[in-house]
Amino acid sequence: MSKTKFVLLITVLLMVVSGLSLVSAQDMPYEGVVIDILTFTGPQVAEPLIRRAPDFAELTGATVNVVTVPNADLYQTILTDVATGTNSYEAYLFAPQWTVDFVGPGYLEDLTPYVEADADLMWDDVAPFFRNFSATYNGSVYSIPLDGDFHMVYYRTDVLETLGMEPPKTWDDYLAIAAAANGTDLNDDGQPDYGSCISKARAQQSYWWITSIAAGMLQAQGTSEGAFFDTTTFEPLFNNPAYIRALEIYRETSDYGPPDEQTIGVGDTRSLFVTGRCALTLDWGDIGSLAVDPENSTVNGLVGAVVTPGYTEVLDRATNELVACDEATCPYAIDGVNYAPFSSFGGWSGAVNAGSSPEQKQAAYAFFSYMAQPAQANEDVTIGRTGYNPYRTSQFEDLQPWLDAGFSEDAANNYLGAIEASLNSPNMVLDLRIPQNQRYEQVIIDTVLSQFLAEEFTAEEAAAELAAQWNALSDELGRDAQLEAYIATLGISTTE
Amino acid sequence: MQAERSNMTLVDVSNRKPRSLSQLWESSSKLVLLLPAILVVLVLSIFPLIVSLFLSFTRIQLVRGGFNVTFLGLGNYQKLLAGTEQRHFLGKLGEPSLAQWALLAAFLAVMLWMLTQYARSPGWRIFGLVMRTLAIALAVGLFALTVFTLAEGGLPGTLVVTLIFVFTGVFFQYLIGLGLALLVTQNLRGKRFFRVVFLMPMMITPVGIGFLFRMMVDTGKGPFAPVWNFLGLQSISWVDTPSGARAAVMIGDIWQWTPFMFIILLAALEGTSREQIEAALVDGANRWKMFRYIILPQIAPVSITVILIRIIEGFKIIDMAQILTGGGPGTATESMTLYAYNAWRTQDFGVSSAIGYILLFIVTFIAMVIVNIIRPRVVERL
Repeated sequence: MSKTKFVLLITVLLMVVSGLSLVSAQDMPYEGVVIDILTFTGPQVAEPLIRRAPDFAELTGATVNVVTVPNADLYQTILTDVATGTNSYEAYLFAPQWTVDFVGPGYLEDLTPYVEADADLMWDDVAPFFRNFSATYNGSVYSIPLDGDFHMVYYRTDVLETLGMEPPKTWDDYLAIAAAANGTDLNDDGQPDYGSCISKARAQQSYWWITSIAAGMLQAQGTSEGAFFDTTTFEPLFNNPAYIRALEIYRETSDYGPPDEQTIGVGDTRSLFVTGRCALTLDWGDIGSLAVDPENSTVNGLVGAVVTPGYTEVLDRATNELVACDEATCPYAIDGVNYAPFSSFGGWSGAVNAGSSPEQKQAAYAFFSYMAQPAQANEDVTIGRTGYNPYRTSQFEDLQPWLDAGFSEDAANNYLGAIEASLNSPNMVLDLRIPQNQRYEQVIIDTVLSQFLAEEFTAEEAAAELAAQWNALSDELGRDAQLEAYIATLGISTTE
Repeated sequence: MQAERSNMTLVDVSNRKPRSLSQLWESSSKLVLLLPAILVVLVLSIFPLIVSLFLSFTRIQLVRGGFNVTFLGLGNYQKLLAGTEQRHFLGKLGEPSLAQWALLAAFLAVMLWMLTQYARSPGWRIFGLVMRTLAIALAVGLFALTVFTLAEGGLPGTLVVTLIFVFTGVFFQYLIGLGLALLVTQNLRGKRFFRVVFLMPMMITPVGIGFLFRMMVDTGKGPFAPVWNFLGLQSISWVDTPSGARAAVMIGDIWQWTPFMFIILLAALEGTSREQIEAALVDGANRWKMFRYIILPQIAPVSITVILIRIIEGFKIIDMAQILTGGGPGTATESMTLYAYNAWRTQDFGVSSAIGYILLFIVTFIAMVIVNIIRPRVVERL
């Protein structure tokens, strides 16, 4: 081969290789990019990320690693990582209510331009509450919802039929059903079962239930009234007969629950419910899809869901007394019952570390967008083990994925109807989103409630302790600034 | 003579010549060889100790690129001992029964008697008397706190819970460990096998033991569930009551650490003088007398040392309580170390450090009492 021919051959080969590379770079925009995503030890929540990461790698070339830590450690792991500049993780799947603590110091990437340029995400299909409250802070988008969260009460339809009782409208109804069903055999195994199963373990996810139980008495004038603080004095709403009554109900549910209720987590209560051991439970949307899972459930077709029960009495904040519901005191009451469904937690949402490289930020956003797009999301929310619940309008309108997942049409309508009733409620309770809300809820409420259940406190003492500790924390962080932040979060539109 | 020595020193210094390399190495080798170890101790031990002491006087907030430090003085200690965390840390005082008052009075009387004995002894010193008075005041204070918080209407805080774990645990670990060691020193069949078996719990990771006991105490699903079902106790969870949960943590801890006592005491027993034992046998001493007057005095120094080591280690208990009960129900099984860990986990670094320093103070105090007061008396009396 002459020298000229050899050079020509090499040139042609180089052109072919570079051309192939160009084609590959266009097809694989994140080839060689590695992103580490931090979330909590599931297996739910992390499961869909792990399952879909190889598909995403095939599409984009990016390698996605999912790292998990216990739920109680997630907040501080993220904060320590970003504050020290370690930046071990490029993205997080976390509680959107923590956004307030991470946006201020600039830890999170502003995803607004990403979302605006991303038609595949179908942002308008995400329900307004999750778009405007969960994902957005100070007018900018900082997280992509992968999950929609509301508390609801689930009941066994067959058990209520046997008992001749209706699904609970009030918490008194709940207790009456739990008392009647407790100790009876609910799954034909010859063993007595439980009237109510609510996870109450410390340092897990138990600190939200009490707000769901108390909210119906604490908030009656609509979402903007708030259920945590007085909006003028910033006094926490604990030292009042409504909260004390809620604490008593919370404790009474333990009388009809499993003996180790104080040490079991939400995964355990879900398992107990879908294996037929409980007549009632309070949970997020997960039970609905877990109940139709043929591998784990023995109660498929026997589960109903209702909006979190309410009360016929509410707190008069001026007199600090309970008053009966009427048109003035409970303008949003239905049949005389004031409901205040609690959007606890807000749903697992993906955020991107601002300290990552531009390629990693793009890849991390692309992965969350991929997970949230209807093609993936509308399937994931129907699978119980994902821990993801519906948050897109299309997920409520199109029943087919639910039917494909094993729901009957009635069961799907019942389940989605209960979530929609919460989502569309004008008296929905927004979760706390002021700075350091994690310390208010996950530290203080969690510890004091655990002490209360262990009878270290009476209901009155627990309420006083909560008030004292919240006040001390507010004073430490600046009372006026906290009040301002609280009022600002209550003004956010959740319906348009 | 003294003057001559001084003159010689002066002459040596004035006649000093430039030293050779070998002389320089000779004089500085000690420092050079020790320096790495000194640096390691300084960096890994002394520096963190000083920094955590500083942290205990501050409030730290993590911010972008670092942290904000606010100096609080004794604020964190005040929060623990007299502020919003007092009930959590020290507990709530109850109304002691007559028996509890009697117990407290007896303890106080013993302490005062010991102090009087020292004051009357020929070798007493002012410094010794002051230190003993302080030690007794602290011991009585801790004992009174334990009695009052365990009384009717009271609630033990993490300090008392830790003391219960440590002293109850070490007491049973020593008794069982000594019993097993005495058993293995007998001429029994299969004693080699039992030596290994008795050591096994110590070889398992503490977290593993935590999970093991978590399964064992589960009356609904654990390995003993059929037994609980048979007894009709399946609806009773013993980790849902404060006393049951504490018992579960202590049983797990005793099970894990008895082998440590066993192996050390076995070594001590095997090192006892055969001649004395044989002489006692010839003299007709029964087994109890032989143990009391021959064996116990010989193993006493080792016993005190091993008890001291376990007490110091026992104060650090965290894994068993964290895995088995999460510190609950409520704060019933929350040790000081777990409390400090929880505070650290929630960014309350100042309170976490303050708890650590209080723990250090208590452990140092107890170790000093054992080494300086209890050990000499026990060894001397036995």
